[in-house]
Amino acid sequence: MEVHVIGASTIRKEGRGKVMGSAAYADDVDLPGCLLGMTVRSRCARGVLKGITFLEGVPWDEITVVTAADIPGKNFVAGHVDDQPFLVPVGGAIAHAEQPVLLLAHADRAVAEKARRLVRLDVEELPPLLDIEEALACVRVIHGERNVLKEIRIAKGDPEPVFAAAAHVVEGVYRTGAQEQLYLEPNVMIGTVEHGPAGLEVTVSGSLQCPYYVHDAMKQLFGIPGERVRVVALEMGGAFGGKEDYPSVIAGHAALLALKSGRPVKIAYDREEDMAATTKRHPSRTRIRSAFDAQGRLLALDIDFALDGGAFTTLSPVVLSRGALHAAGVYRCPDVRILARAVATNTPPCGAFRGFGAPQSLFAIERHMDVCARRMGMDPVELRRLNVLRQGDTMATGQVMREDPGLEGLMDRAMAAIDYRALQKAYAVRNAWDDPVKRGVGLSVFMHGCGFTGSGEATMASVAGVEGRPDGTVAVLAASTEMGQGKNTVFCQIVAETLGLPVDMVDMAEVDTKYVPNSGPTVASRSTMVVGRILEDAARGLRLALVQGGFLAEPYDPEAFREAMRAAHLKLGSLKTYGQYRANPGFAWDDKTYRGDAYPNFSWACYAAAVAVDLVTFEVKVEDFATVQEVGRVVNPTLAAGQIQGGVAQGIGWGLWEEVTFREGRMANNQLTNYIIPTAADLPHIRVEFLEGGSPFGPGGAKGIGELPMDGPAPALLNALRDALGDLRLDEVPMTPERILNRLEEARHA
Amino acid sequence: MPETITLTLQVNGARRTVDTHPMARLLDVLRDGLRLTGTKEGCGEGECGACSVLLNGRVVNSCLVPALQAQDGVVVTVEGLAEGEALSPIQDAFLVHNAAQCGFCTPGMLIAADDLLRRCPNPDKEQVQAGLAGNLCRCTGYSKIVDAVRSVARQGEVR
Repeated sequence: MEVHVIGASTIRKEGRGKVMGSAAYADDVDLPGCLLGMTVRSRCARGVLKGITFLEGVPWDEITVVTAADIPGKNFVAGHVDDQPFLVPVGGAIAHAEQPVLLLAHADRAVAEKARRLVRLDVEELPPLLDIEEALACVRVIHGERNVLKEIRIAKGDPEPVFAAAAHVVEGVYRTGAQEQLYLEPNVMIGTVEHGPAGLEVTVSGSLQCPYYVHDAMKQLFGIPGERVRVVALEMGGAFGGKEDYPSVIAGHAALLALKSGRPVKIAYDREEDMAATTKRHPSRTRIRSAFDAQGRLLALDIDFALDGGAFTTLSPVVLSRGALHAAGVYRCPDVRILARAVATNTPPCGAFRGFGAPQSLFAIERHMDVCARRMGMDPVELRRLNVLRQGDTMATGQVMREDPGLEGLMDRAMAAIDYRALQKAYAVRNAWDDPVKRGVGLSVFMHGCGFTGSGEATMASVAGVEGRPDGTVAVLAASTEMGQGKNTVFCQIVAETLGLPVDMVDMAEVDTKYVPNSGPTVASRSTMVVGRILEDAARGLRLALVQGGFLAEPYDPEAFREAMRAAHLKLGSLKTYGQYRANPGFAWDDKTYRGDAYPNFSWACYAAAVAVDLVTFEVKVEDFATVQEVGRVVNPTLAAGQIQGGVAQGIGWGLWEEVTFREGRMANNQLTNYIIPTAADLPHIRVEFLEGGSPFGPGGAKGIGELPMDGPAPALLNALRDALGDLRLDEVPMTPERILNRLEEARHA
Repeated sequence: MPETITLTLQVNGARRTVDTHPMARLLDVLRDGLRLTGTKEGCGEGECGACSVLLNGRVVNSCLVPALQAQDGVVVTVEGLAEGEALSPIQDAFLVHNAAQCGFCTPGMLIAADDLLRRCPNPDKEQVQAGLAGNLCRCTGYSKIVDAVRSVARQGEVR
């Protein structure tokens, strides 16, 4: 029997529980005897903690109180650099206004809430450093010698002499704001600590993307070996990168309170605390200087890319890396210089958010190409056609395009999908009428590197496995988490396809570090391509073990496979096979020089947007949005389309509406009433087309898709706004109605 | 103020009595008092719609409704949509169309969609968008949700 599971729109594995309301998220777990934990925060962007006072008004003897002095191990959240404390100690530095200082727990939420308000912090305040420009200018120095958390340089040839001789030199500065992930489920973490025969045993469960990141954090916080830490990922109500590193902090806090109280402790952030205290997309500033010849061929790029990392290093080095590696976009360019810096400021640390630095630098280059085209009197589409990467070209790191990315084909398809030229023509006529609504169309062409950057996957050497169960079903053993993206379903499809079984014979094992190996974090558009490929190997191993053990004869049908697993179980007791990451042969990367193959693969796309701007209210309506992408083999078309549509919605939000307003280093609009994400009424039906090129690397030829759709919308929208409104300074997102008004005023007075 | 109040209400067709704090919200009564945890809290201020339930035939944000107001009321939550193990048409459509991704907005979205289809059996795209504008979703971009709702509406047309 021929079974084709890859390429089928298999229904979401955990979908039934989700539509019935029975799926158990962390806050739904019934925990008799549990205490509710609260966090007291610094409320001062920069200073020194001098002391803590407990005011009267609650029965303090009933309340569990944890300070830095109660930490058994190291008071740093395990990360790239150990610089972020779990709690500020008395006498310690305060580096941002949402820094946890003290933890409280009580069985009654009202008592704990009241107690939180009765803790007074004695703080000696210092002047804070609050944005990229201040940090780069070293107005004050809060980190190292120059406020730089990480610096990366990429060089190809020498652009400097090219600028002197070029027919056209165009410069631009582009900015992007912070963005809140706004997963619908706020962070929740449950901690329990037991005293086992060998010492403390810590268990944490909750809403988290990366079980082994939390595992590492607990080992370091409690100073105990890994076998005494257990991390369980429960049903997750969205994450988008927002539950990549911060859950380690909350898990640590819950476990510290559990240690002190001797009871399970749950910490559930409400929306306001979640928005104010947890990580955001890094704000950015990109300067681009570009040189072209008389025909519009791109000759040189000089890019200065800066990210606001916030108060601690967290993930900024890797976010910066991805941003830098996408900064030159999809263009062939002989001479390139990229300087990338993540700077420290006294704001809550930024972190992972879908796209991970690439949306920021791609916004800059894709907006810049439009600006350049118009400056040179060329059509933006034609300028792109002239300069896009083709087979044999090299990217900024020297990575050679082994295959043709087919970018012109993607552009043709996207333009056809939205009827680009016809819209452009019609709008040119209608925009001249005396009508306050002006319309425009624009596009962006871009890529997203799949998997970890450079040597990241080789260093991690992820492991995943499959288990033949005695009931004749197969379990997938991986630490990859389901956050709505469809991992449960896609992994089962990959294993089912490899084994020639129907997908309902394959399930995910619970993501519990006690049972599943470290398949790496669920980030970087890596799960399908990297972990999926490891699972393919593991599944082949299972089949081989059954055949070689004499339990199974090929060819077989599902019933024979079931029987073979039962028989093998009886004889062997347990039936698990594992696979491990294998590097792509012929790919090489040098972390020191930033030369080589930055990613094993890229997904490629062209997005086109049609917008209408009302010149009375300055509101922007996205009237149509077409996406065409080449993502390798599509494992599950319906789930994949959902990923694209959801990512585009977040990209539209970032491009037009979602603004994080900081006041004195704190988010001022940390509510859904004033942080505006798209509703059903704000978005068009998002068109999705996949072009399926083969990838030799991923399972069945699949590449990554999770982050790609975040990269393209903002520049496509602003390019469309330029088409609608004429020559305006459209150099920043979100391009809110207020900014459009300001820019129109600015143009009028110029 | 008394320590607790006793509420009697009909939830998903069954009469329930529950003791609760006088300042409790309907959401707390459902989630903590009755352990009906399908209804979610996404913001606590009536913006996201994850806590949507039907109260006396109208969609409400249960985080904004004082429990006292639900005294003797009739409440339908996501747990009340299926007939035993048989999914309702809108639940089935959400499953087939991948309209539930992370699933956290889904209970409220289903209540709102079910109510919309009751009031307006054959909504066009704009009516669906407007009908669901009070329920935020961060995963789907709403495209698949609109598809799912309209697929149920179209089946209605055929019947």
